[in-house]
Amino acid sequence: MSNTITFMIDGVEIEGKPGQTIMQAADEAGIYIPRLCAFKGLSPYGACRVCTVMVNGRPQAACTQPVAPGTVVENDTERLQHLRGNIVEMMFVEGNHYCMFCEKSGNCELQAMAYRFGIAAPKYPYLFPERDVDASHPDILIDRNRCILCGRCIRASSDLDGKNVFQFVGRGKDKQIAVNAEARLADTDIDVTDQAVSSCPVGAILKKRVGYAVPIGERLYDHKPIGSDIEAARTAGS
Amino acid sequence: MVVAKNGLKRVVIEPVTRVEGHGKVTILLDEKNKVQQARLHIVEFRGFERFVQGRPFWEVPVLVQRLCGICPVSHHLAAAKAMDRIVGGENLTPTAEKMRRLMHYGQTLQSHALHFFHLCSPDLLFGFDADVAIRNVIGVIAKFPDLAVQGVMLRKYGQELIKATAGKKIHGTGAIPGGINKNLSIEERDGFLKDLDQMVEWGRGALKVAKDYTVEHLELAKEFAAFPSSHLSLIREDGAMDLYDGGIRAITADGEKIFDHVAPEKYNDYIAEEVRSWSYMKFPFIKSLGPEEGWYRVGPLARVNTCDFIDTPEAEAARKEFMAVTDNKPNNLSLAYHWARMIELLHSIEKIKDLLHDPDLQGTDLVVKGERRGEAVGLLEAPRGTLFHHYKVDENDQVTMANLIVSTTNNNEPMNRAVDSIARKYIDGKEITEGLLNHVEVGIRAYDPCLSCATHALGQMPLVVELVDCEGNVIDRRSK
Ligand code: FES
Repeated sequence: MSNTITFMIDGVEIEGKPGQTIMQAADEAGIYIPRLCAFKGLSPYGACRVCTVMVNGRPQAACTQPVAPGTVVENDTERLQHLRGNIVEMMFVEGNHYCMFCEKSGNCELQAMAYRFGIAAPKYPYLFPERDVDASHPDILIDRNRCILCGRCIRASSDLDGKNVFQFVGRGKDKQIAVNAEARLADTDIDVTDQAVSSCPVGAILKKRVGYAVPIGERLYDHKPIGSDIEAARTAGS
Repeated sequence: MVVAKNGLKRVVIEPVTRVEGHGKVTILLDEKNKVQQARLHIVEFRGFERFVQGRPFWEVPVLVQRLCGICPVSHHLAAAKAMDRIVGGENLTPTAEKMRRLMHYGQTLQSHALHFFHLCSPDLLFGFDADVAIRNVIGVIAKFPDLAVQGVMLRKYGQELIKATAGKKIHGTGAIPGGINKNLSIEERDGFLKDLDQMVEWGRGALKVAKDYTVEHLELAKEFAAFPSSHLSLIREDGAMDLYDGGIRAITADGEKIFDHVAPEKYNDYIAEEVRSWSYMKFPFIKSLGPEEGWYRVGPLARVNTCDFIDTPEAEAARKEFMAVTDNKPNNLSLAYHWARMIELLHSIEKIKDLLHDPDLQGTDLVVKGERRGEAVGLLEAPRGTLFHHYKVDENDQVTMANLIVSTTNNNEPMNRAVDSIARKYIDGKEITEGLLNHVEVGIRAYDPCLSCATHALGQMPLVVELVDCEGNVIDRRSK
């Protein structure tokens, strides 16, 4: 049995390995599939659906769907970009995202995704939910206004840090990230160097007192769109 | 409607008039239809003080810029100065302080240029009574195209300086608690040096227009919204004008010192704010003089009056000429604001020149920190006048209290006096004439109140004037 699985993404032949997800194989081939809950080193999760692709005509999450021989995957199509854009827009209106003064601006994956999809202003009404800030920890801040419920911190804490600091509580629109402690983040064993902190794609879990230390123009997405690192591999290789 | 003292009736402002960007003037008449009082209502955005509560302190200098679309850099810097003290980093490195000063002079340049060329020059070049159809920025472009272009270019130069120091022309991030997040590269510096001489030249030209106008119309200026007042500003230790830092100095209308070199964090001991039922904007006053007598002017006129000298040669020469007009006593003419503003514009350009030639701007030591504090005040001379930012921060780094006194609030009483004096002089019977409206507008404009970004973007001030009789009836209303 061959050790490669051949399939197509947008008409390009891709070689994946058994056990890989479509996203992993695409990454190696230098094809970017947008994502928010997926994170290097963490197991597939399938929460945000920003990575939705068409597999043989049916929508699937590329971060969880294993590669299969002969499948036809659509990724960079107008329809899918539109759908993904809508998901991102919903995330914006569901929380309180004020990019203009958020310290994560320029380094934020949600903001960068919106730019990549060309979203100027969401078409959905803002919900302006009441969310709180937990600043109890001396070095780490949680601002739930900006949480997109990707669950990265939950998985990073358990799978990478060997702790169990975060969990979800509540359902539906009341769902939010909580800490595994009596009350506040200060009561947990989290440390500022934990991957649970650095894995946050938005400005919801922050290292305190860093703020705007990196000037505009030198931030992660100031010059290159999100995903361009993956696409660079392809341009270089082809 | 409320019956007030003196048998005079007044109209309570309806919330519907709280339209941002509109100045509203109410002229109250007595039984004989003489002006009893004129009031200027400006809506001040106070929501910020609540909004900032609970936010981490390092976010404030960026967040607070949302307060104002015209001079966000002023709020950025005043908040950053307060947060410097919170982190115990108020003794900035030379690079950090000079980068911030460059940002501030850049913004003073752009703000003063915008105000003078776009808003005031039509009044000065065409006369207050000229047809509104030509008395506007389009008219200036048609009749004085060179001047109009200079205004645009001076402003652009200031905005580019803001971008180079703060990262963006509006709502940048440059100033951070205890310092700055970037220095000025050699390439950036050389880009500015290339156009510098041209800016100096144009700055001189603008100053000349303002000076000539004031000198030629001195008799008018002495009649028009001229009244004695105290003056307040920051002052450098040696008495020099300093737009970025210093202690607080207040002088009387005759130039006597009321207090001097007051440390910013002591402002509360010297200044209080009075609330008046008819206005959404507070009235600050000097405590020792009381609410009746304690009001003061801030801004370019006040700063030129309070300082002992200006530490750049051309602006200092201009200051001497300016002071000579009033025999070296404080100048109390509202119309002289324009001249004072252009002295500051040239001063800012001279300062920018000095800074650009200073190698400290290429330094790499950007941030300092020291002993943490729980409360701090940051003061700045914003283009429109002294700006106060006061914060308390808890041990979790969250803001628990914010108090701001913005420049326009400091000038609240003088602007009301200006409107009142103009109304008394120019009211004609029981109607609001075009002439009255124009004069009120020119009077308010001299103070460059910050009404809203929309106001300035449109290049004109949406103004509503209402005439109210002793019964409280609005008998005439005119707007533009
Ligand atoms: S990245 Fe696949 S569902 Fe979030």
